[in-house]
Amino acid sequence: MTLWQIIIAASIAVLTLKLAGYLVPSALLHKPTPSRIADLLTVALLAALIAVQTLGNGQALTMDARIPAVIVAAGLFAIKTPFIVVVIVAALVAAGLRALT
Amino acid sequence: MTPAGTSDTSPGPHDEIRHQRLAVREGIAVGLATAAYGVSFGALSVAAGLDIWQTSFISIVMFSGGSQFALIGVLAAGGVAAGPAAVASAALLGVRNGIYGMRIAPIVGAGLWKRLAAGWITIDESTAVALAQPTPRSRRIGFWVTGLAVFIGWNITTLVGALIGDALGDTRAYGLDAAAAAAFVGLLWPRLKRMQAVAVAVAAAVVAATLTPVLVPGLPVLVAALVAVVVGLFNWLGAPTDAGAGLRS
Repeated sequence: MTLWQIIIAASIAVLTLKLAGYLVPSALLHKPTPSRIADLLTVALLAALIAVQTLGNGQALTMDARIPAVIVAAGLFAIKTPFIVVVIVAALVAAGLRALT
Repeated sequence: MTPAGTSDTSPGPHDEIRHQRLAVREGIAVGLATAAYGVSFGALSVAAGLDIWQTSFISIVMFSGGSQFALIGVLAAGGVAAGPAAVASAALLGVRNGIYGMRIAPIVGAGLWKRLAAGWITIDESTAVALAQPTPRSRRIGFWVTGLAVFIGWNITTLVGALIGDALGDTRAYGLDAAAAAAFVGLLWPRLKRMQAVAVAVAAAVVAATLTPVLVPGLPVLVAALVAVVVGLFNWLGAPTDAGAGLRS
């Protein structure tokens, strides 16, 4: 696959899923299991992406400036700091630590 | 500031007009807040190796923050070789939009073009604002105003972010890899209100990290998603009254 093919395939898949929701009979909505799995799926994927994005280095696991940056970010989200501020602070923490070491 | 939809002459009580104004105001506020982090998506996308056109294409067509960050996150880790896993990650994170569509369909009403447009802008933010409104009309207004405000803002700021990322060059030195991880934390945080969600998050993170040295990039994230399927299927750690909460409308 080329990069463009990946981007187009993923974009169409996500758009199709959105539109599919309008075609599904609403009876399915009243079954708790599908919507519970969908909610938890989002949680699991985001948590897995945090782990890989924080610790991964290709196929290796590494400990570097990303770990303190993510801990700071979690702390800031816990005290309801706006998203964009947290993202910038996390970048600054990692960049600062790398500049020092 | 009067929304176009409220100018009809139906003799609604003052409360109805107030609800509609509040829905418009809330939608625009959410649009502005969301637009602010389109900048980080644009910059991180360029840092992951995409060009400005590809970055904007994703924000226009895919238009779903979680899926967009997932796509570029997996591509950043595994490159083009991780393409199928990147597509699968983005699609799995998009499943919840389908669930939102089921809730929003009765709010927007019938009509092919209307539903096509509504489907396109059915995301976390538009759904949340719509369902928070007290009357059918204010729900409809809340949905459209929020969806359009986020769509316009998100696409403008994606382009701005992509231009900034392009100008930065060495993105690791600016900590953009850490910023990407922080962005995922921000998307996850509001979803950790229940014990079940916290347990799934911890287990999925451990599974993904453990499998990273073993599997090709992208796959650990997909395997970690199975945690959600298993826990959700058997409703481990879930409250029994949990069933269908918030789905009645």
